[in-house]
Amino acid sequence: MNQVQGKENSRIESVEIAISKLLRIGVVLAALVIFAGLVQLLITGDSGYPEDTYPTGFGAIWSGLLEWKSVAVIETGLLLLILTPIFRVVVSLVTFLQEKDYKFVAISSIVLVILIISFVIGKAG
Amino acid sequence: MPLLTTTVIEIFLIAILAGVMGSILGLGGGIIVTPALTMLFGIDINHAIGASIISVIATSSGSAVAYLRDRITNVRVGMFLEVATTVGAITGALIGTLIAPQLLYIIFALLLLYSAYAMIKKASQETPQNVPLHPLAAKFKLQGEYYDKALNQTVAYNVDRVPQGFGVMYGAGVISGLLGIGSGSFKVMALDVFMKMPLKVSSATSNFMMGVTAAASAGIYLLRGDINPVISAPVALGVLIGATVGSRVMQRMKSKTIRKLFIPVMIYVALQMMYEGWRG
Repeated sequence: MNQVQGKENSRIESVEIAISKLLRIGVVLAALVIFAGLVQLLITGDSGYPEDTYPTGFGAIWSGLLEWKSVAVIETGLLLLILTPIFRVVVSLVTFLQEKDYKFVAISSIVLVILIISFVIGKAG
Repeated sequence: MPLLTTTVIEIFLIAILAGVMGSILGLGGGIIVTPALTMLFGIDINHAIGASIISVIATSSGSAVAYLRDRITNVRVGMFLEVATTVGAITGALIGTLIAPQLLYIIFALLLLYSAYAMIKKASQETPQNVPLHPLAAKFKLQGEYYDKALNQTVAYNVDRVPQGFGVMYGAGVISGLLGIGSGSFKVMALDVFMKMPLKVSSATSNFMMGVTAAASAGIYLLRGDINPVISAPVALGVLIGATVGSRVMQRMKSKTIRKLFIPVMIYVALQMMYEGWRG
């Protein structure tokens, strides 16, 4: 393996390690929160909300979490899980930037911008 | 609550299976979760799709931990093609209300069948041989290598036909935007059949990308109330466990074996899409 290629490999490796660490934190945290909420729900049988309903807005989930309502706790965990891949793109962007890999800084930025656009469109639609 | 503890445990066990299969095949587990929830538990389709999105994200993040650590995933290819899938997802969301998806279903079903045929042709091949390096792949340094635990050797590979792969990924994004799924079968098809990457790298990279595609629409589903927490919680937990196991098992499997699992799944998905297209 020549020197240029070796440098290239260590670059991409540090990106991979950074993403892998972030994903592990996100996944473990989400799983613990979901598990706590689910166990509470199954033991107490009380979701904290009228039957078959659950909060569907960020504000409602947050206020439910503050009162430690089991279903709101589960939803907080699900939100953490949903946000993990989005943070993943941010972490890749930052790591590519540190590694001065500008082609991939540009690519990650494009993906991030498109994700944001898709959220805006989704909300409008 | 309407859901009994036993039901929650049953969903959890099925989700483990979905996580194992999803992480091995690069499909995200939605193709197991959705039919299981609707047919076995009588859960309505909206909540089943909401749980399926959660399962795709859980498979993606859960398996990526091991695939990244063991350096199976091609992060550069993944990021590069995410441009195509995310633009496709927006297109899908926009045209979803403009055109009838029937025609798309049939086009994509035929594409999957072609892909299954291409996979059958190379069923006896363990790793791709004599793949040229496409100029675009060289420009973005998309080629790579991984250590194959089943073969006990490092496999170096090239990446071919980047524009075609990009096109199929765009289509995968359109389908995701329309149906709200990860469309892993198209991702694996683009990587394996079109860009001629090793199957294990294709599966790991497909899984890696799928979380981003699904996360883009998951927020919308949550606000719409399609993500039922009581159903999604056991799905998320089960799939995370399954994906963690599956991402370790896959590395020790022969690519030929994975392909034998993959081909019937692909034909099944193609026939299902064909049926949806026909029924209208």
